[in-house]
Amino acid sequence: MTDVKMTVNGQPVLGQVEGRTLLVDFLRTDLKLTGTHVGCDTSQCGACLVHVNGAAVKACTMFAFEADGAEVTTIEGMAEPDGSLSRIQQAFQDHHGLQCGFCTPGMVMSAAALLKETPKPTEAEVRAYLEGNICRCTGYHNIIKAIMAASGQDVSAAVA
Amino acid sequence: MKAPDFDYARPSSLQEALALLAAGEGGAQPLAGGQSLMPMLNFRISTPEMLVDLSGLPELRGLEQTPQGLRIGAMTRYCELEAFPDLAKIQPLVAAALPHIAHDAIRNRGTIGGSVALADPAAEMPAILLALGAVISLDGPNGPRDVAADDYFLGYYETACEPDELITSILLPKIEPGDSFGFHELVQRHGDYAMAGVAIRSSGIAPLAGLRIGFFGVADRALRVTALEDALNGTDGTDIAGALSHLSEIDFQGDTKITAETRAHYAGVALKRALKEMLT
Repeated sequence: MTDVKMTVNGQPVLGQVEGRTLLVDFLRTDLKLTGTHVGCDTSQCGACLVHVNGAAVKACTMFAFEADGAEVTTIEGMAEPDGSLSRIQQAFQDHHGLQCGFCTPGMVMSAAALLKETPKPTEAEVRAYLEGNICRCTGYHNIIKAIMAASGQDVSAAVA
Repeated sequence: MKAPDFDYARPSSLQEALALLAAGEGGAQPLAGGQSLMPMLNFRISTPEMLVDLSGLPELRGLEQTPQGLRIGAMTRYCELEAFPDLAKIQPLVAAALPHIAHDAIRNRGTIGGSVALADPAAEMPAILLALGAVISLDGPNGPRDVAADDYFLGYYETACEPDELITSILLPKIEPGDSFGFHELVQRHGDYAMAGVAIRSSGIAPLAGLRIGFFGVADRALRVTALEDALNGTDGTDIAGALSHLSEIDFQGDTKITAETRAHYAGVALKRALKEMLT
């Protein structure tokens, strides 16, 4: 077992992990942060997407020990300090950007990474950025709408 | 637990890492960005006794322009290469190809050295190295050595890098005035592994000259077909039917997605499209 120390959603955490413990398993099982989902475990689906030191990564394709000393943000860290939904989360609700909700944590974390880099993306840029996130309900149009709205852009013209 | 149990080591110097690999006698597996290795571990296709994490080795870091060209430390992540100033001017082929390599979250972790070490036959980077005439620097128990990309990719996940050696860096030779580049891949979904693709360097455009064409996603490894390059050199690249006949030298592989015949067709399509884009 290896000791790991990281900051998760602003809180310092300590843990003991096996070498093979995936970051997503450490988050879900040890820290009980079950908002980060496991879809495929092979980096295809993006349900496990979190931010490590500000960069979007798939938590199923990173070992917990690799995040030693890192700052990790999960979907649980996305709400405002008063508990209200963040702009992106609210947009997903307003535009019905989720059906079953399984992919939603990854979609929101991906959207946050995109909007940090590109505050006013085009619809094409949003679609391109979400290549690594799969929605099993195929509800992509409303996800795109939600992200366009969260970026403060008009969504009526966007999205077929 | 998805992955098989293994010992884990995080050496802090290249020397220490090489000693661990030597002591592992083939059972020790280097871990770079993990973006290919970890899915293999999660599927238990790969079952190493020990993972040697290379993230703490300063010798494998660094990305710098030298008089010879762009030297890329093996542990350079794709996102770092993408962010390198003026990459589109310094290495236009790499800049054009990077957006096709998986997607952002993968490029934030995946490393150039890791891709070249694994040598997935459908990965873009090995073919890019072939097209550019890159040099791969290795280090191991018998000391450092350089291997030309042409001599590096040997077969299905098989390279000139011995199990007790590590890639330390990769040199992309400086481009020359008049150099022209092409890239095209056919994929089911953008960011997937290619069903067939090409990376091209030519030292002239009308006519084509000194062509180096790296094919990927076609056979057991990234490869060049020199007879095809020779047939295209000196032409304007518009009538390539004759040159395409040399594709028969490739031992095209079929898989669950497409047959070998379809793949052979796609390789020709990728080449035609890449050349067309270069010529317009």
